[in-house]
Amino acid sequence: MSLRNSACIAGAFEHPTRLAPDMTTPQLHAECAAGALADAGLSLRDVDGYFCATDAPGFGPISMIDYLGLDIRHTDSTEMGGCTYIQHVAHAAQAIAMGKCSVALITLAGRPRSEAVQRFRPGAPENAFEQWVGLTNHTSYGMCAARHMHEFGTTSEQLAWIKVAASHHAQHNPHAMLPKVVTVEDVVNSPMIADPLHRLDCCVTTDGGGALVVVSPEIAKTLDRPVISLLGAGEATKGPSGGLGLDLTVSAAAKSGPRAFEEAGVTPADIKYASIYDSFTITVLMQLEDLGFCAKGEGGKFVADGNLISGTGKLPFNTDGGGLCNNHPMFRGGITKVIEAVRQLRGEAAPAVQVPNCDLAVATGIGGSLGARHGAATIILERQS
Amino acid sequence: MSARKLPAPQPNPETQAFWDGLAEGVLRIRSCDDCGQSHYYPRHICPHCGSEETRWLDTAGLGEIYSLSVMRRGEGAPFAVAYVVLDEGPAVLTNLVADDLDGLAIGRRVRLAPRPSDADGEGAGPNLPFFAPAGV
Repeated sequence: MSLRNSACIAGAFEHPTRLAPDMTTPQLHAECAAGALADAGLSLRDVDGYFCATDAPGFGPISMIDYLGLDIRHTDSTEMGGCTYIQHVAHAAQAIAMGKCSVALITLAGRPRSEAVQRFRPGAPENAFEQWVGLTNHTSYGMCAARHMHEFGTTSEQLAWIKVAASHHAQHNPHAMLPKVVTVEDVVNSPMIADPLHRLDCCVTTDGGGALVVVSPEIAKTLDRPVISLLGAGEATKGPSGGLGLDLTVSAAAKSGPRAFEEAGVTPADIKYASIYDSFTITVLMQLEDLGFCAKGEGGKFVADGNLISGTGKLPFNTDGGGLCNNHPMFRGGITKVIEAVRQLRGEAAPAVQVPNCDLAVATGIGGSLGARHGAATIILERQS
Repeated sequence: MSARKLPAPQPNPETQAFWDGLAEGVLRIRSCDDCGQSHYYPRHICPHCGSEETRWLDTAGLGEIYSLSVMRRGEGAPFAVAYVVLDEGPAVLTNLVADDLDGLAIGRRVRLAPRPSDADGEGAGPNLPFFAPAGV
């Protein structure tokens, strides 16, 4: 049994706000849900499965299910940090394949610019040994970048090309938080945040959210939307795990990616468009290597000279501007990765960045902290003819 | 000296001996009699093989920098976050203290340099396993 063609993404919606001081987080969840259902041509009454992560307000999914007015027969609050929503697409497909639901709604929302957000997880066994270290995401990802540079000669200029490509795409997105095109010099001359990562190596922080609707193939065929089918999915976790054999240059995507490609029966060379989680520039570089778009250590050369820019490069990525320039709602960029992949497969991306004949895409992400313990999720999506 | 508040760890039955060791300037890791491998941070059950036959092992407190990143912004900046690989094997997530943070580099030898945490009330909390360049 496999997930190949087991479910379809029928609805996708990215909330246009990037700053929401006068809204509530549940309200944002509801607006995202309404947007994705309208996109699919469905209503709240059609939903029989609901997915959110542990950041959703209230007691697991129960509070949000009641707030939204859903009547569900399947729910899942699997938590994998920022990449959760990529994983939720796969888990929704599993539930649909098992007959546990047929219309699954996935929502994310948050307001980290407008209210204090609790990110520390009390009771974690590592806390006594790490809480005092000051390991923010900046230093965690910074240590990965520093080690990658040490082992492979990767440069700040090469990392900067990832931001440059994202900015070239963001200029065509009217909702992007940072729509200005930047140069390699702009990135490497921006203030150092955590060596070797500069301010422009870091993603934005935004209020906002998004939602997805995953349905059975039978329901997808009845809707007036292109059929975007799940071909394969993979997930994995990685951590110091006792501290032996530490390797910060390889992410859990080195396992989630090949698992997804194997199930889909395609290879990286077949991919027309890639949504790659971009919490930092180094996050993209390592995932490109780990998914097999280039060899380990060759990521710097692969991303240089605009190779990720739609229309000029070999691998168009994050054509919405990604987390680096467009949106990173609630510190969780997984859902926008799926949403832009759906836009590309439907031919609904901004015309200037739309990939011609885009029929096969990957969305992949990292959740948690790359330099410590983290998860990865990868999905392969195809537009059915 | 970092101006950051260093949250006091909460020792528990699984880790009390670790904090007791640091109070005497000794970094303890956990070693497994079944698989022969050691680990950090310390657990009762070996994360490498699942055995309960683990015991405390006093390290020499020496190792080398695997990677580091100096935080340049926010409270207490600059400070250096690093992984140090101990001579006994396991890597330790830590802070490096040095007069010149820019002089630190991957591969450099370092030694344990315990530093007290900040207690919630008066006085100091348990020592924390900071590291400093060796031989200075």
